[in-house]
Amino acid sequence: MYGNDFSTEPSEPLNAAETGGVEQAMAHEDRRAQLLSEAEVADRQEQFDALIAADQRIEPRDWMPEAYRKTLVRQIAQHAHSEIIGMQPEGNWITRAPSLRRKAILIAKVQDEAGHGLYLYSAAETLGAGRDELLDALHSGKQKYSTIFNYPTLTWADVGAIGWLVDGAAIMNQVPLCRCSYGPYARAMIRVCKEESFHQRQGFEILWALSRGTSEQKAMAQDAANRWWWPALMMFGPPDAESSHSEQSMAWGIKRFSNDELRQRFVDMTVPQAQKLGLTLPDPDLRYDEESAHWRFGEIDWSEFKRVLSGDGPCNAQRIAHRRKAHEDGAWVREAASAYAAKQAKRTAQAREEAVA
Amino acid sequence: MSPEAAVTTQVRPQALARYCLALGDDALILTQRLGEWMSRAPQIEEDMALGNIALDLLGQARALLTYAGEVEATYTGEPARSEDDLAFFRDEREFRCVHLVEQPRGDFAFSIARQLVFSTYQYALYSRLSRLATSPDPTLAGIAAKAVKEVDYHRDHAEQWTLRLGDGTQESHRRMQAGLDEVWPYVDELFTDTEDAAELASAGVVPLPSSLREECERRWTAVIEQATLQVPEPTRRSRGGREGIHSEHLGYVLAEMQHIPRSYPGSTW
Repeated sequence: MYGNDFSTEPSEPLNAAETGGVEQAMAHEDRRAQLLSEAEVADRQEQFDALIAADQRIEPRDWMPEAYRKTLVRQIAQHAHSEIIGMQPEGNWITRAPSLRRKAILIAKVQDEAGHGLYLYSAAETLGAGRDELLDALHSGKQKYSTIFNYPTLTWADVGAIGWLVDGAAIMNQVPLCRCSYGPYARAMIRVCKEESFHQRQGFEILWALSRGTSEQKAMAQDAANRWWWPALMMFGPPDAESSHSEQSMAWGIKRFSNDELRQRFVDMTVPQAQKLGLTLPDPDLRYDEESAHWRFGEIDWSEFKRVLSGDGPCNAQRIAHRRKAHEDGAWVREAASAYAAKQAKRTAQAREEAVA
Repeated sequence: MSPEAAVTTQVRPQALARYCLALGDDALILTQRLGEWMSRAPQIEEDMALGNIALDLLGQARALLTYAGEVEATYTGEPARSEDDLAFFRDEREFRCVHLVEQPRGDFAFSIARQLVFSTYQYALYSRLSRLATSPDPTLAGIAAKAVKEVDYHRDHAEQWTLRLGDGTQESHRRMQAGLDEVWPYVDELFTDTEDAAELASAGVVPLPSSLREECERRWTAVIEQATLQVPEPTRRSRGGREGIHSEHLGYVLAEMQHIPRSYPGSTW
């Protein structure tokens, strides 16, 4: 709809949502009814296990283990919070976008993020966790959002780099979630991945324009790639050996691939794109390994990841303060909306009574 | 039609270009103000709704500025200025927006009050423009026909919020009334019959701005009264935006909006 009118071999997939994963998830065959009607699986734990084993979806009214529910609430909430917090670094450029076309694309993108936040909070609600409660947990720091949004957007090229690298990494993580065992989350992810795929192309296109521009524009694009590359690789989470929730999530069909596996896929897909953009990536150890057909990359600085995760990043305090201020400033509006709705309901009931009498 | 108007079969392109700029600038500057809300709205639904309104207004601005540039080129003999040339490379005095859209976003009640005024005005304007079936200017009528559907939703959004805030809590009632009081001094300017508009109106190309007033006032009064609020009676009135005499706020809006293209002249983005 917006943009995407550049011609860099458009037939070539640019992100993980364009390699068939979303379609594969959409083709999922629902065999729940058949499985559940089989008499021998009357026990609820057995029913749950049978659904998981058969790669079927768990739906909101199904019984589920408490730990499964908690894991999903944590993950979906973190994902929803990331969408909402992610509006800030990009929203930062809405009033300054360098052309009206770019401004339109950016407003639409930030609006999509708000929409993704809404679907995800709704998915969490089906697990009994209300939006207010989750927002409180975000504001108090009890629940996290993706640490990538604790980095600042300092130039226009950062808007491109976020689309290209951050959305690209997010899609790599999210495409397997389209097949997640929890139905509402999987369905939300299908929609999210399709839209994110547009965003990633638009980000690439911003950098494409810069990379063909003046020397100042090229330098701007390179600087952004330098600053966003490593944080993007960190988005896949700690190395497999240190990942605390992974094994159980795999067994439950929430997670499909390991952190390191997805990170490698992302690097393999992205390095040739950087070459196409004429950008270098800030890793002296990056090289193509003919034998394995993978791009090998250097050591990630996990101490930085932990530092930013624990609150000591460039924008952690700012992001939360911004979010809390919006929420607090809006409290009287939400109260007014509830009060008005209550008055209206009362008026309708009264009118009905009078009509009956 | 007055006998005088009947004589005017052709309008000066200068008047038409300036008229389109005025409408386009209104939409563009309000886009900037609405864009500031994204990530700051009272609830996520409003981040989306205000973003959606901003996006519609930006689409209108782009169409109007593009057309203004094309019309302008017919008498300057220069290549047409693009939407971006006009948005990013004109100075404050060359902008033709009304003061209403320049004002800082204020609280949610102020923004809703402004949107109520502006969307109602735009609805009246665009529906009249799009109904000028015999319009000598099908481009402008076409832009209006598309925009009127968008603006219908914006107006509904603002009216619903005016009702909720006016008839919600004591605090929201107080704030909504204050929002209306702050906005009302800027209402009059929307209906100023500028020379350009009068010339175009006499040729049947556009409605006369003052002729839109009654319809707007009827609509505002109905909503405001239903919301248990009062239509303000302002003691001051803004003027001059259409001639490039603005409030001090506009300069800052432009500084922010224009700084990248101006810092890197000749670049494409």
